[in-house]
Amino acid sequence: MPKKKIRVSSDINAGSMADIAFLLLIFFLVTTTMDVDTGISIKLPPIPPDDQEPPPPIKERNVFVVLVNARDQLLVEGEWTNVNTLRTKTKKFLVNNGIDPNLSDSPDVAVVSLQNDRGTSYDMYIKVQNELKAAYNELRDDAAMNKYGKKFDKLNGEQQKEIRGIYPQKISEAEPKDVGSTL
Amino acid sequence: MMHKFRKKKAGGTPQISTASLPDIVFMLLFFFMVTTVMRETSLKVKVQRPAATEIQKLEKKSLVSYIYIGPPIKMLATLYGTEPRIQLDDAFATVDNIPEFVEKERKARNEAEVPYMTMSLKVDKEVRMGIVSDVKQELRKVNALKINYSTRKGDEVSGK
Repeated sequence: MPKKKIRVSSDINAGSMADIAFLLLIFFLVTTTMDVDTGISIKLPPIPPDDQEPPPPIKERNVFVVLVNARDQLLVEGEWTNVNTLRTKTKKFLVNNGIDPNLSDSPDVAVVSLQNDRGTSYDMYIKVQNELKAAYNELRDDAAMNKYGKKFDKLNGEQQKEIRGIYPQKISEAEPKDVGSTL
Repeated sequence: MMHKFRKKKAGGTPQISTASLPDIVFMLLFFFMVTTVMRETSLKVKVQRPAATEIQKLEKKSLVSYIYIGPPIKMLATLYGTEPRIQLDDAFATVDNIPEFVEKERKARNEAEVPYMTMSLKVDKEVRMGIVSDVKQELRKVNALKINYSTRKGDEVSGK
């Protein structure tokens, strides 16, 4: 007669638990991407209804015309410009306050008009957008520093609104031209 | 009398117990498991984002829809060529598909959240503006006005 085997449910060794956990941990560590999505936020203008009256014309001196062609060249106020100097030029235009007759009357009526070609590269477009935004942001920071001794981001909602009132960001984008796409 | 207190001194530095090590590791494990976001869409277009300095973080991920524009990845280049294309969700699309896509994305969300939805444009830096303008125009037509040009942090203008 065979001996009956006595089954003893032996304890599972928990010593390797840590190893298994480590293995999983490393897997998740490697696959995790902590990158936050960042980017330049803009708001598109709504399509105007057909029966809307055309807006009153803006004085020419208050419009800062930025044109980008299909070869990524920049024309600012009729002058060939490098993208490096765009920020300074924009700032100069905005804070003119009526001194120079060719530049803006005051920052709150000034409009930056950006027009690009269908053949402009996206990279260049972003660079220009970035410089224009930077000009506004720097001016806002300066104004915030003067008034409250803090940077614009650190102000509370009310104060930000006030600064925004001084420097409203008016970047208008015209429909792109299609001259250079055949180049 | 004194020997009563001296007893403890024997043995040098005691070993640190490793019994709680699994617990610590598990804690870390759960943290990473929870924070991990697996990519839901597989990219069919190559997107190399341009750099910019004036960037903002996209706050609520759940309210963001992505539109990818770029040349097809190498694997698909033989099939689809190298002209930039639009990718919505998992498939190539054309400009005409965008209103549908926006409608679908809106339906998937709470009605109250719809005004806060952002369209994130992930565009390759080599792409010409023509296609991007077309997309923007379509978005305007369906009143999806909040958009975000996805960029990475960096300063290319002054070369810093």
